[in-house]
Amino acid sequence: MAKKKTPEINSSSTADIAFLLLCYFLMTTTMGDQSGLQRRLPPIPDKDQKVENQKANRRNIVIVRINSADKLFAGSEPMDISLLKDKMKEFLANPADDPNLPEKEPKDIEGKTYMVSKGIISLQNDRGTSYQAYIAVQNELVKAVNELRDEFSMREFGRKFAFLSEDQQEIVKKAVPQNISEAEPKDTGKK
Amino acid sequence: MSKFGGSNNKKNVPGISSGSLSDIVFMLLFFFMVTTQLRETENKVIVKLPEASESAKLERKDLSANINIGTPVRHLQSMYGTDARIQLNDSFKTIADIRDFIAAERDAMSEAERSLMTVNLRVDEDVRMGIVSDVKQELRRCSALKIMYASRKPGGD
Repeated sequence: MAKKKTPEINSSSTADIAFLLLCYFLMTTTMGDQSGLQRRLPPIPDKDQKVENQKANRRNIVIVRINSADKLFAGSEPMDISLLKDKMKEFLANPADDPNLPEKEPKDIEGKTYMVSKGIISLQNDRGTSYQAYIAVQNELVKAVNELRDEFSMREFGRKFAFLSEDQQEIVKKAVPQNISEAEPKDTGKK
Repeated sequence: MSKFGGSNNKKNVPGISSGSLSDIVFMLLFFFMVTTQLRETENKVIVKLPEASESAKLERKDLSANINIGTPVRHLQSMYGTDARIQLNDSFKTIADIRDFIAAERDAMSEAERSLMTVNLRVDEDVRMGIVSDVKQELRRCSALKIMYASRKPGGD
């Protein structure tokens, strides 16, 4: 008989509800911006283990030290932070096979032999060093390694490290290792 | 006649339908829900991350444990002073509590993923290294060796 129409639900307020929800999520959440410098800490050495045999050859180690006044020393001489990267690149790459710079050993990676540097950068800090200076130095060290990796990738694969496939990246990582060790804390400065 | 007369040309402009507005807003909502994450803890320390141009993104955000180090926020300074403090979860803790914290974080993860856990050190740039070294030593003792120094890209906020 009489076809009764159901009245339409007014939907204009759903937009308002959605806006409210949107504002709620905008306020309570953070953009996922977790980035930083990733590191691996050395495991605690066993007490019985001899320390002597872990000692690397002297030429393979450079000690980068930041004292309590945030002054930087590489090896034994004071250095400005802007020079650190190039110095570390030279140390790790050792292009002229200088007998005072780290030795390289041939290593077999995925069927090809590469000369892998045995250089280790040892980073020491004081308890009074500011975190900002420490991260700045860490950043320079990582930058040195990253640039070496880029150069290596360009030589071997003709592309920058970031554009390589995962397998190729693994090869580059093995060929140019990131040997940055964070030394046991010791009090170098006076309190 | 009246077609060209233009006398009764009172044509109504059709109203813009707002029915799809809610769809658009919902899409925005879902976008933000997917790309953001809930702020799970309240910050009790001021952390201004240091700048580092080489910082890389953490791949597995769900496998990270956060340790905040910095000076307490303004309204807590009367109670806790302005010295750098460690914040785990929601409260101030000491070095000795890190072990329990790491153990609890490990327990919350599945067995296979425990070795992938990264400890995210969110440290204020003005903090001295002494407290950071202590935390690092304690982490080594707990064999939580994967760490990340949280930092931000220069230029960004």
